Amino acid sequence: MNQLGMFAALCDIIRRDLLLALRRRSDVLTTVLFFILVGSLFPLGVGPEPAVLRTIAPGVLWVAALLSCLLSLGRLFTADYADGVLEQMLLIPQPLSLLVIGKVTAHWLISGLPVVLLSPLLGLQFGLTGEALGVLTLSLLLGTPTLSFIGAIGAALTLGVRGSSVLIALLVLPLFIPVLIFGAGAVSSSASGIGAGAHLSLLGAGLLLALALAPWATATSLRIALE
Amino acid sequence: MMGFARINWFKYSSPQAFYPLAGRLIPWCAAAAMLLIGAGLYLGFFVAPTDFQQGQSYRIIFVHVPAAWMSMFLYVVMAIWAGLGLGLNARPSFMMAQAIAPTGALFTFLALVTGAMWGKPTWGAWWVWDARLTSELILLFLYGGVMLLRTSIDDSRRADRASAVFALVGVVNVPIIYFSVRWWNTLHQGASVSMTAAPKMAATMLMAMLVMTLGFWMYSLAVTLARMRCVILERERQASWDTPPSQQDALEVS
Amino acid sequence: MLKADNVSCVRGERRLITALSFTLERGRLLAVTGANGSGKTSLLRMLCGLLPAEQGRVLWDGEDVRACRERYLASLIYIGHLNSLKDDLTPVENVTISARLAGEAISVEKTCEALEAVGLARAIHRLPTRVLSQGQKRRVSLARLWVSQRVLWILDEPFAALDAASTGLLMQQLRAHLSHGGIVIAATHQEIEVGADRLDQLRLAG
Repeated sequence: MNQLGMFAALCDIIRRDLLLALRRRSDVLTTVLFFILVGSLFPLGVGPEPAVLRTIAPGVLWVAALLSCLLSLGRLFTADYADGVLEQMLLIPQPLSLLVIGKVTAHWLISGLPVVLLSPLLGLQFGLTGEALGVLTLSLLLGTPTLSFIGAIGAALTLGVRGSSVLIALLVLPLFIPVLIFGAGAVSSSASGIGAGAHLSLLGAGLLLALALAPWATATSLRIALE
Repeated sequence: MMGFARINWFKYSSPQAFYPLAGRLIPWCAAAAMLLIGAGLYLGFFVAPTDFQQGQSYRIIFVHVPAAWMSMFLYVVMAIWAGLGLGLNARPSFMMAQAIAPTGALFTFLALVTGAMWGKPTWGAWWVWDARLTSELILLFLYGGVMLLRTSIDDSRRADRASAVFALVGVVNVPIIYFSVRWWNTLHQGASVSMTAAPKMAATMLMAMLVMTLGFWMYSLAVTLARMRCVILERERQASWDTPPSQQDALEVS
Repeated sequence: MLKADNVSCVRGERRLITALSFTLERGRLLAVTGANGSGKTSLLRMLCGLLPAEQGRVLWDGEDVRACRERYLASLIYIGHLNSLKDDLTPVENVTISARLAGEAISVEKTCEALEAVGLARAIHRLPTRVLSQGQKRRVSLARLWVSQRVLWILDEPFAALDAASTGLLMQQLRAHLSHGGIVIAATHQEIEVGADRLDQLRLAG
């Protein structure tokens, strides 16, 4: 019964955040457009040489995904913090980590999933072929939720702090590095024919670890921020 | 030394009692640091044998390796104090974490600079994406994050606790980051001469490194204690614990 | 029964509340008064468990609220000085969603009735909350009191921005709640007319 109640609460939170995102569609579009734009800048900067583009594609696309996740992290808690809703959420008779999982899931659905779905398109622009494209999408699918979970810690820590948008980048980007390495590495090694299995397993392990630890850390940080 | 055993250590967990104790310890730690670092430098620069492959330039590792060890060690110590602070809700623990962070960042920076100085003659470039150097760079970012987060939050209680959470998140991540950078490095076949696989350790070299590490450790203690005194003065400016000893005794009795 | 046992509260470097104890039985209202900055909001937030007490404890039916967090929160409504409304949602959505998240699912029809009870006509039930006036927003936020079964109400300046008519409606609702055995703690500058036999006063010196 209690477990059922927890699951229902989780769904309620996700549904609420999705409804809010639906009312502010421009926010969602900004993230996606940012991803496409950053990805398109690199060929302009590096030159249209197909071989070069194919080499830098995994890193560039992963960094673009990372930055677009960072861009949307500021919105994760700030609006709810400013209008007092976050305070009410702390008073929900459910574990606070559950609320965090719900909010992060919604955040990923809004800002992570579109990036994952669009990535093959950008991959094509960089001359990636069949298998590498699939691995790119798969690696983003496994990696971007981890980014959202880690980023939530930074978002909660910098809540209501002066210059929080820059600070959050400084806190969170170093923590993103392993995800970047394994994510981009998966695409590179699949392109060079080594196979991406090991990288993808490590990404999966990272996701599980983030799922286990990050909600707790975020919940603690939210309590600290709202004292 | 025997006298120390009878001291009630809990007595020193309050800022009032800690402040004079730290004042008495600092000169000793500082003197030990100077002696040990001097001896370590002498051993490393004059006693240790010249390396047949890298010549004299390898001698920078007598600074680089202890500094790198220290930077990681201090991060863990800082995280432990931060964790204690969160777990026990103890302000002195947070102050300790706050006092350690700049010293840790300094050693990280030192490790990076000496690494670059070693890289120029060895690899022919100031910066090579060597696994150890890259990890140190990321560690510097983490130290920076802890300190920046603290300074950007005005409320000291929140600043303490938020930076403690970040320090703990960082300490979980440091091994993962280190592992991932190693993995990335082997895949991309970066530098062929790694710092860890540098010359075979002669006994004198190991000795020099250990003496240097001890010296750095003493230095960290001295500087941390001095900074701790400043932090205490700053934080406790509201409280008036500089009451005459007689009054303080009376308070303890009641 | 809510009991504060020797609680103290420190904000920044200021000691706001020192060793405060009180017991509040069912059917009673505690009016917390005091100058601005005397710690009214901090006290209420501490009673909710949002702010940790520097020392002392808060007991709900004899049990420390930190030990029975979820049971305590399931009998509590807190309305802060912020309205906790999303500007992009309609009043109906705001009330239903916040009640639902708090674990008290209610039908849209009941929500509309509650909104009418606080004096909001059906015409504005479906407008985005951002176009409402301050007083109307406050009423939307208070509408939860009309649909909730919770025993303990902790209200921070509930009468702020309300006109005379809505103030009367809220007083009436408070009286009804108390007569059903509810407990209310309200920080306010206003006289609360619930009858002297139900009223406790707490004046914070600051």
